[in-house]
Amino acid sequence: MSKCRKLLAGTALLTLIASPVLAESLGIGRLALPEEIAAWDVAVMPDGRGLPEGRGNVLDGEDYWIDYCAVCHGDFAEGAGAWPAIVGGRGSLTAERPLKTVESYWPYLSTVWDYINRSMPFGAAQTLETDEVYAITAYILYSAGLVDDDFELSHENFTEIRLPNEGGFYLDDRAEVEWPIFQQEPCMSDCSAPVSISARATDIDVTPEFPVIRFTYSDGSTSAVVEEVDEASAAPEADAPAEEVQMASLDPALVAAGEAAWRQCRTCHQIGDGARNGTGPQLNGIVGANAAQVDGFRYSPALTEAGEAGLVWTDEALDAFLENPAGKIPRNRMSFRGVRSADERAALIAYLASHSD
Amino acid sequence: MSDTTNDAPETPRGPSRRDFLRTAGLAAGGAVVGAGAKASTPDPLITEVQPFASFLGEGVDATPYGMPIHFEDHVVRRNVEWLTADPISSINFTPIHALDGTITPQGCAFERHHSGAIEISKDEYRLMINGLVERPLVFTFGDLMRLPRETRVHFCECAANSGMEWGGAQLNGAQFTHGMIHNMEYTGVTLRTLLNEAGVKPEGSWIYVEGHDASSNGRSIPMEKALDDCMIAFFANGEALRMEHGYPVRLVVPGWEGNLWVKWLRRIGVMDGPVQSREETSKYTDLMPDGRARKWTWAMHAKSVVTSPSPQMPIGHGPGPMVITGLAWSGLGKIARVDVSIDGGVNWQTARLGTEPGDKAVTRFYLDHVWDGKPMFVQSRAIDETGYVQPTKEQLRAIRGLNSIYHNNAIQTWYVNENGDAENVEVS
Repeated sequence: MSKCRKLLAGTALLTLIASPVLAESLGIGRLALPEEIAAWDVAVMPDGRGLPEGRGNVLDGEDYWIDYCAVCHGDFAEGAGAWPAIVGGRGSLTAERPLKTVESYWPYLSTVWDYINRSMPFGAAQTLETDEVYAITAYILYSAGLVDDDFELSHENFTEIRLPNEGGFYLDDRAEVEWPIFQQEPCMSDCSAPVSISARATDIDVTPEFPVIRFTYSDGSTSAVVEEVDEASAAPEADAPAEEVQMASLDPALVAAGEAAWRQCRTCHQIGDGARNGTGPQLNGIVGANAAQVDGFRYSPALTEAGEAGLVWTDEALDAFLENPAGKIPRNRMSFRGVRSADERAALIAYLASHSD
Repeated sequence: MSDTTNDAPETPRGPSRRDFLRTAGLAAGGAVVGAGAKASTPDPLITEVQPFASFLGEGVDATPYGMPIHFEDHVVRRNVEWLTADPISSINFTPIHALDGTITPQGCAFERHHSGAIEISKDEYRLMINGLVERPLVFTFGDLMRLPRETRVHFCECAANSGMEWGGAQLNGAQFTHGMIHNMEYTGVTLRTLLNEAGVKPEGSWIYVEGHDASSNGRSIPMEKALDDCMIAFFANGEALRMEHGYPVRLVVPGWEGNLWVKWLRRIGVMDGPVQSREETSKYTDLMPDGRARKWTWAMHAKSVVTSPSPQMPIGHGPGPMVITGLAWSGLGKIARVDVSIDGGVNWQTARLGTEPGDKAVTRFYLDHVWDGKPMFVQSRAIDETGYVQPTKEQLRAIRGLNSIYHNNAIQTWYVNENGDAENVEVS
């Protein structure tokens, strides 16, 4: 009870003074250890605070870029498909279609380093070494035309690099610029001449199909919900019996384990009914297939060459590739570190086999 | 413009009891007209014993945790595939056209992930508070449940909601133009309480919040806001957060853009300045016509949209009584009033508020209208307690141009034709 009263008193005091000077704690939780803080507090600030010691140059960065980044961001950081361009666009910010990149828009290099270190490559975050992050950042600076090809970026020269658009931002001024206009008492009647349509979404026609909701009415208007045409369910059944035979020869527990392990692959790959090529090729039928053979997928030159040289995705070949993709086929575009556990690789291959003839 | 059953009340509150009685009387009068239509044959749904009236239904344990009845299968989140490169760093939309009231069920509340929705159990969950604090701390989920809790209702709107509409009427449906919003009842612990456990040092003027997921989605928030009304939530609408909403713990930043509401919250760093993370520099900054960009545009300003009628929810009946309804909200406080126009903004009537407006929460509005069967340009405009009036697209474009992406809170127009079908248009 007394504790409760103390808490209430503290809260009231805080409300009054509204400052970070706080009341007595309840003593919940435990002290964080230095190793724990080091593991999680990795944020880097524009003044360089938080940067670990390390270095990396443009040429090494180009290699890492091809291995880890180019599949989405293009060989020259120009972007690929719908994935973002990282460089280019300088001078475009007032254009009809601005291109916002590290080169044209981002204010601070620390943001680039921090984001690559914390969240890239997409689907394999927090796997890059510190020096790799420096090297990739150096390669982006080079691709942006901000440094020469012999440049090395390190914790020592990091804050000397300034991005072109650092001065391009200002604080939210809506309260000063907009509120005086939008806080006027609004007009209620005869506010303008009659209006007519000046633009319509149906002319652009980019909305996905959707069902329209209708009810039954006693005035004679009757109709139910108009359902979308479900193309997937309209598709003819595949060779189900053959698939069952194939499945029967696989260990169901292993396939199930492989399905769980598949989570790390699905960022880039699809498998099963309706699987399509994405960042990586769709993988139906991959076990036993020739390498680089999936229709419509643009493979790296390295993987195309391996396929032409006769590489077949046997269990053994897949196992070696999954263990170390860049080691098995250097300069292929699959930005994935590999699966260390042999059991996990076996499960993944069983899962792939369950979707192969 | 007096063809509604509801004489526009002047008060921001709902109608008085007298208004209600008058409205009800008029509505009943309207119903007499409808009831004049005679059926030629008896309705077999009435005259014949239906299977569900004779056989037995499902027992109590058929569905230990129930889903909506299958007739409502169309009331789901939808995605616009071309908006993003893949469905993992992507967004979908709340089916606001099909919902009523104010609370958004978790199962159909829009999702925005930057590296996918992750699975983390309460046992695995850890939250760290470190930086400029007296005591850097680690909490388990169980620890957090020992701290004093609060329950509050707030909306969460993505800064990019309606962002596709800057250049013109683009997506045809309230779900797609305005569905990056949800409104839930959250239960959890205030950041004031949490930060008090760690003891903020005097130089701690910002917090940096980040998630357990691969994107981390780190954002910087001024200490003043953190101590004002931010909280960490464990429950939404009375049950544990769904995975896609940040199970087991997410941040709630009332009235501010959804990107700040970090899910799967992992760390609160107390800082002396902003980190300038990717999400607060390259994204979630508003490019202006002069090529410079506004930053730290955190607050979501007053906004509203008519959810019915709308393209996915047309008027399916003939002329006569109908309900025009929609949602209104403001990140600056409570909604004070909502006006509705059926002629594209020439004349306005004040709608009835279906709920007591809450602070930084969604308010439902209704206009009980008698449709004459002629085409309408249906609009709504929200006015919040600061007197801020939801602007028109022209007003916003005059200041912000077409490329700011975020914070489009302009008035929306639905053209409803004589058949009752609705479509997203702009008028001038």
